[in-house]
Order: sequence, then C-alpha cells, then structure tokens
Amino acid sequence: MMSFMELFQLATHVGLHHFLLFSAILFAVGLFGLLTKKGLIPLLMCVELMLNAVNINLVAFNHYMPVYDYSGQLMAIFSVAVAASEIAVGVALAFRIYRDHGTVNVDDLDEMKG
Amino acid sequence: MDALLGQVHALVAWAFSLANDYDVPSLIEAGVFFLFAGLALLFACGVIFFRNVVHSALSLTATFICVACLYLSIGADFMGAVQILVYGGAVAVLIVMAIMLTRRDNMAHSNPSRGLFRHAAAAVLTGLFLSGMAAVAILSPFKSAPQSLGDAAPGLADLMLSHYVLPFEVAAVLLLIAMIGAIVLAKGAEER
Repeated sequence: MMSFMELFQLATHVGLHHFLLFSAILFAVGLFGLLTKKGLIPLLMCVELMLNAVNINLVAFNHYMPVYDYSGQLMAIFSVAVAASEIAVGVALAFRIYRDHGTVNVDDLDEMKG
Repeated sequence: MDALLGQVHALVAWAFSLANDYDVPSLIEAGVFFLFAGLALLFACGVIFFRNVVHSALSLTATFICVACLYLSIGADFMGAVQILVYGGAVAVLIVMAIMLTRRDNMAHSNPSRGLFRHAAAAVLTGLFLSGMAAVAILSPFKSAPQSLGDAAPGLADLMLSHYVLPFEVAAVLLLIAMIGAIVLAKGAEER
C-alpha cells in the first residue's frame, strides 16, 4: 500500500498520465451530454468537447514522449481544422432544420421513422 | 520586537526547508495543471447542466480557454494560440449565432434534457467507458520525459510545408468545401 506521501509525490509530478486522465474525463462529460441532451445545438457543443479532449491527448503525447519533431501538434492542428469545418456545416444544418421544421428538438424530427 | 523577529526568522527557515524538501517548480506546475483542469471540467459540466443554452455556450467558451491555458502550460504555445483563436473565437461565435438563429420564445428552458431513466443509462455507459479509459491511462507504462524541441511555430511550419504538404492541401480544400456547403445549406440551393 502506498503511503500518503508517495501518493502526494505521484499526484504533484504532472506527467502524461495526468493529461490522459483529464482528457478521458472531458471526453466522458461530452459523451454523457451527447446521450442526454435533446437540443441540436447542445449536441454540437458536446461533440466539440469530445474533439477537444482528443486534441489534448495529441499535444500531451507530443510533449511527454521521446519524439524528435512536432508531428503530434500538427495532427492536433489538422484536427482543429476538421472540427471547425464540422461545426460550420453542423450549424448550417441546424439552421436549415429549424427553418424547415420549426424546431431543433431531435425528438420531434422523427418523420423518417417507419 | 526581538521575539517577533525570531518568529519571522523561524517562519522563513521553515519555508526554505519546505522548498528544499519539495520540488517547488514541479509543485507550481501541478498547481497550474490542477487549477485549469478543474476549471475546464467544471465548465464542461456547466455546458450540460445549465438550463439556458446561452449560458451553456458561455461555459463552453470558458472550457476552451482553460484548455488553451493547459496547452500553454506544457509549452505548446502555438497550439494554445490556435485554440483561443479557432475555438474561443470562431466556434464560440458560430454556436452563439446558431442559438440566436434558432431562438425560441422562452430561453430559460432552452437546453432540455431527457428523463431520469435515460440519465441513469447514460451515466452507467459513460462510467463504464471512463473506467476503461482511466485504467488504460493509469496502467500504461509511459515514461514521461518532457521534450524541448525549440520554438513550435517554425518547427510546425517546416513540417507542414515539407513532409505533411499533402494533408495541408487537403485540409485547405476541406475548409473550402465546408464553407461552400454551409452557405448552400443555409441559403438554400435553387430548385428547379
């Protein structure tokens, strides 16, 4: 069993594990929101949270692993570009759905149900 | 007076001995990490639990800025700037614009959630997922060896225009397509 002092030492030496845990929790919060929200725009926000958690992982790996260049951060930047285009198209879709159906509640958009 | 001075001396000596026992720079690093990570998680929960969707959007922006501060704390300065510009700026503005375009009469309850059963199921699923991820994150034998690779922006530019030039161009085309798609979707194509 670890003593309190050892645990304190482990917790206060910020390393890769801290960032992995943090991003896992952030991803889980986004997932929880994705499963429980009804509005279209809150759903988009939760997707953004999850994408952000993934970016944190990429940047943390690039900082803490023995690498020789910035490939990890570059991947994070590409991921940011993809997320930005995703949110632009998502917002346009939400606006279109609102204009055609008068609602952004995903439970009311069930006309393709058999 | 002498007694007070003696007290101060003892206090200073105690602080120095504490500073010798603990690695102060790493303690400061840990403080910064826990401060911004905790704030980010708090604001992320705010995104879900605020009743008003405008408050959720504000909370989301705060989460993005806390994550940018975390990037800065591990020396990813360019990434932090990108995070603030793209997420804290563009994405936040887009989401607020979408909220205003799809406005309802009563903004106080504009962020509805599902019922209790759905919440419980989501909590169980998320808990399972989180425990799996946490087990992987904690038990993985990564050795943290912080790197110093020099300035981020020149290094990124070199990579972007040499080895990763194809993904760079594809990302540019993707952004163009997304822009055109968003305009066509929002404005409506001419139907014959």
